[in-house]
Amino acid sequence: MSGYPEYMQASLKKVAATRPARLEKAREGREVVKAMTLAEREDVLNKFHPDYLPDARKPVRVGPNKGEEMTSRVVDLLESYPRINPDDFDLSEPDYDTDVLIIGGGGGGCMAAIQVANAGMNAVLATKLRVGDSNSMMSQGGMQAAVNPHDSPTIHYLDAIGGGHFDNNPELVQAMTIDAPRIAAYLEELGVMWDKDSEGRLMTESGGGTSRRRMLSCRDYTGAEIQRVLRDEVKNHPDKITIVEYSPAVELLLDEAGEAAGALLYNMETGEYNVVRAHSVIISTGGYGRLHIKGFATTNHYGATADGLVMAYHAGTKLLYMDSVQFHPTGAAYPEQIVGFLITEKVRGLGGQPVNKEGELFVFPLEPRDVEAASFIRESTERSLGIETPTGRVGVWLDSPIVNLLNGPGTIQTALPAMVRQLKRFGIDMTSEPMLVYPTLHYQNGGIEINADTETTLAGLYAAGEISGGVHGRNRLMGNSILDYNVFGYRAGHAAVQRAKALVDRPPAKLHMDHVRAYRKELEEAGIPETSHAPILLPEYRNPEVLKKHRKDYDPFLGEFI
Amino acid sequence: MVDNPRTPPIITAMEEKEVEVKAPAQEKVPDESPKENLIPVFIMGKRFFVPESFTIITAMEYVGFQFKNAVGCREGFCGACATIYRLEGDYKLRTGLACQTVVEPNMHLAQIPFTPAVKAVYDISKLKPELVSIQRYYPEVFRCVACNSCTKACPQEIEVMDYIQAVKRGDLETAADLSFDCIMCGLCAVRCPAEMVQFNIALLARRLTGRYLLPRSHHLEKRLAEQREGSYEKDIEELMGLSRKGLTKRYTERDLDFEVF
Repeated sequence: MSGYPEYMQASLKKVAATRPARLEKAREGREVVKAMTLAEREDVLNKFHPDYLPDARKPVRVGPNKGEEMTSRVVDLLESYPRINPDDFDLSEPDYDTDVLIIGGGGGGCMAAIQVANAGMNAVLATKLRVGDSNSMMSQGGMQAAVNPHDSPTIHYLDAIGGGHFDNNPELVQAMTIDAPRIAAYLEELGVMWDKDSEGRLMTESGGGTSRRRMLSCRDYTGAEIQRVLRDEVKNHPDKITIVEYSPAVELLLDEAGEAAGALLYNMETGEYNVVRAHSVIISTGGYGRLHIKGFATTNHYGATADGLVMAYHAGTKLLYMDSVQFHPTGAAYPEQIVGFLITEKVRGLGGQPVNKEGELFVFPLEPRDVEAASFIRESTERSLGIETPTGRVGVWLDSPIVNLLNGPGTIQTALPAMVRQLKRFGIDMTSEPMLVYPTLHYQNGGIEINADTETTLAGLYAAGEISGGVHGRNRLMGNSILDYNVFGYRAGHAAVQRAKALVDRPPAKLHMDHVRAYRKELEEAGIPETSHAPILLPEYRNPEVLKKHRKDYDPFLGEFI
Repeated sequence: MVDNPRTPPIITAMEEKEVEVKAPAQEKVPDESPKENLIPVFIMGKRFFVPESFTIITAMEYVGFQFKNAVGCREGFCGACATIYRLEGDYKLRTGLACQTVVEPNMHLAQIPFTPAVKAVYDISKLKPELVSIQRYYPEVFRCVACNSCTKACPQEIEVMDYIQAVKRGDLETAADLSFDCIMCGLCAVRCPAEMVQFNIALLARRLTGRYLLPRSHHLEKRLAEQREGSYEKDIEELMGLSRKGLTKRYTERDLDFEVF
């Protein structure tokens, strides 16, 4: 029985009718559709990628990047007033004194915490929800590492930097691609179960923009498998790592020299604020999908609200490429309950093909993500060859049944169990019918500027993972985000330990939030009205009808009466 | 009584003789929901009307809950939103993930944001990939009475009881394979009459399998050996020295090779 409404059946028949010919071409190993030239890529991006819409960007009026154009929603967040008033807090008696404070309990934060513990130092790992609650947990497809004989870190480097439109920071790409095989081995040592054949060879798949099969995977639970192992390892060091859950940081704290030396945590359950003092601070709070830029649905975790970005910016840290948003080409577009959910790129890595209403394969299936996404938008808008959903959305087909025909029966079930299960829950059998997909807000390409040691422009502050910018230029390739948080989480842990070791004998730092006062003043002087506050911590999904019935002086973002 | 009309008045047989039993006073409940396509659900006993196609998470947000816990990835990968519920007129206690379960009329639900769980602290490099390693930290695995409650509770449709049996046989690889799709939501442990924490036992079995039992990749070992020579640093530094134009040329001229190995 079809999982799709009656009116879509004619189009589904066309997809099935063109499948044998498409399959034959793919079987012969021919290019199923010609890949775009750089000029063609640029053209489709300029016309159809959401980053290039007229009001997509505007200049930010305050802070270290003042005058620079950024994504408009990000500018609004950076031009929001701090949530707290520094005068309300006594910072002289910290609740936690530690060597390294790690803000963010996703993959990068966990990887860093393990390094700190292994170096014999203490860490506080503060996180907004539970340890492991993160986008890291959700990534499905895989992690790039050049392990095959005919591949190399050099080729990986070239793929990553071309995919990022040559805007990547070369030093960071070098670090990432060189470290990749080591990281794969390190994770194996920790007990991560990479997909292997019976002789131990790591299974590799292609990804958009890669010139080799380089994607290591753990079925399609790659992120979940790595994250649950890292979380478990963090919990194997209770004497070294203090985990503080449900306590997001709301501002960084600086020392007398103006260097990062702690953070103010907000216990969301009790409403109390806690002060953490540390020799080094690592920030790894992830990205901003839950800002729903341009109204797009997102693949991101509930907690992805760019909190760390805001705090670091308040403290004077420079940001990079905050004008560039990654839209994943294949977000679910039907049924309504799963709109925006990630349909892993691995489906296309295994041979899945994007086809339009007429059953035509309209784009090379593995273009870099931004190009692929822009092509989907072009097909659905200008060319009117998308498929409308009953709720007025539009999407294109991602022909998944072809995967089993191409690779043998049962491939989908073995390689993509999460995908099969998730769609089955909502009535779609991806082994017999295609999926309906449309681009969805996926990744923050830019972020805090770092060097290969994860140092930011603020001494004492290190950044790792999606919160950082420069690794991926203006477009990240599939499989480089898991790699990014592992490589730079690892490096951040070691760099933070080096600094902490050097400072361990200094007298206790005198903490302050003068930077928050200064930031507020800068906002006032720029004539920006105080209509919103940040970091926002939680996205707002409550029914406006309910919010209207709150007390008028209640600020739902601050959770307080104002 | 309004919150749960199924609850019968609690009266013993003895009292019944002495007291005239009256039907409990029913507060007037409108039969029709206030708006079209809204259905009644009971969230921790309290009735709300929610859109019929919503998931539990989105339905709760619709009526005004803002989650500070019991929510996570919202796509079925993190296990933060474990939920138990009953349907009207049905004794069965059901389980699900709030982000993956669509509301049903007269569903009575409560979320379980946290499962108290035994978690062993160990050094993976000092363990052997054998039953004894698990037995040492989780001896309660032998309390399993094979009731299958865990399997029935699993929202991922994992054969939980089967992997526990595999652990008991010392077959860690099978346990790792069967438990692989576990998202550690905790529902198996909550339902287990033997009071074990299946998801942590499985995690240990998988880590031992990943580290010790799966065959090593020779390609990876070879690559690491090459890298110890430092050969790729130089190659990449050469690329780093190129102009943007030169780099673009190298990129567009790179060969595509999708051979498996």
